[in-house]
Amino acid sequence: MTTGAGQRGGIVIAASFVVALMLTALPMPDWASLWRPAWVALVLIYWCMAVPSRAGVLVGWIVGLLLDVMSGTLLGQHALALAVTAFIAHKLHRRVRVLPVWQQGVTVFGLVFVFQALVLWINGIKGMPVTLAAYLAAPLVSMLLWPWVFVVLRDARRRFRVS
Amino acid sequence: MRLVAAALVSVLLMTADHKASHLEAVRAALSTVVYPLQYAVHLPIRVGAWVAENLSSRNDLIAENERLKIERLRLQARLEKLVALEAENRRLRTLLDSSVKAGEKVLIAELLSVDMNPFSRRIVLNKGRRDGVFAGQSLVDSQGVMGQVVSVGPFSSTALLITDPSHALPVQVHRTGLRAVATGSGKADAVALAHIPNNADIRVGDLLVTSGLGGRFPHGYPVGRVTRVRRDSGQPFADVEVEPSARLERNREVLLIWFQGQGALLDSAYRPRVAP
Repeated sequence: MTTGAGQRGGIVIAASFVVALMLTALPMPDWASLWRPAWVALVLIYWCMAVPSRAGVLVGWIVGLLLDVMSGTLLGQHALALAVTAFIAHKLHRRVRVLPVWQQGVTVFGLVFVFQALVLWINGIKGMPVTLAAYLAAPLVSMLLWPWVFVVLRDARRRFRVS
Repeated sequence: MRLVAAALVSVLLMTADHKASHLEAVRAALSTVVYPLQYAVHLPIRVGAWVAENLSSRNDLIAENERLKIERLRLQARLEKLVALEAENRRLRTLLDSSVKAGEKVLIAELLSVDMNPFSRRIVLNKGRRDGVFAGQSLVDSQGVMGQVVSVGPFSSTALLITDPSHALPVQVHRTGLRAVATGSGKADAVALAHIPNNADIRVGDLLVTSGLGGRFPHGYPVGRVTRVRRDSGQPFADVEVEPSARLERNREVLLIWFQGQGALLDSAYRPRVAP
């Protein structure tokens, strides 16, 4: 791997996070906002599994901080949740990478659930009301979207030779 | 190891952010990074609205023009009466030796059509510190009070709507002058009145206006109408629900207000007058 390719890979990873942040801010009707997939967590999980040398706890933490500012939550709330998610994804990547995509989806469900639960716990500590649907909706939609996210990001990774 | 460090820093940040406002500078700096993203999301939606406006048929435009002319005429007539009333009000206040309510300055800001945390009610505005916006500033639309600014970046700011569960707004019933606190319910179209006694004189349809107590919001802006009053003798307080009159989830342009006496705990008009 040349240094030039390495830098280009960084740009691809950054661009995918930018797209994920934009999708997170995309306006949705009130009833659907609970069912918004955790785009940033999905992208982070992909990069942690595909190129664990490039993405990890630190990347997750920084992107989480941006997500905090963007969604007006406590600084550090999403950062903590994404750092933990990245850590687990990093630990699991060898085992999950070889599975078929739909089985990866089940793992993704678990990872996004951890992410969502951490965010909601901190909301709960702050005194905001939390429903059971809020815990399950985002992981469920994220699991169903995983094959699609996986294919798109894999094609991007192959085309731009991110490694 | 990295995870432990990240977790520790996160917890420290959250505590600092929750307990005090030392991190406003960090948040403001990061918001400059995030603002282009939010604007990029907002732009295509804005362009869509613009295209729809430009493609609307001539008949629609003529009809709208007609409607606006009639509305303008009606408002003009009311305004003329208002000018006379304002002059009279000022004269009477001078007679009473009370402070004159000075004119308020307003600035039109545009909402960015971006979603934030689904568990709280917040919006992003396209005006920031460069335009003189400050934290705590009140936000209204043409129908009523919307909320207040909570954090300000150089180019954008975040506002808390009155329906957010953590928001409270001092109000009074226009008919009787009964004072109350309107707290957000987290639902898009309702706020609740806290601590209203069961025997208080309040009915469905009562108009609530801001009371100006607390010094955050100017006095006399409409807040909403009472939609439900449930009195249960087993409960210490009545359960009163209010529908906000501002179109919180629909409008694009909002007004930011500067008014005199902002930040003062009590407007001098409410201070008991000491007899000489």
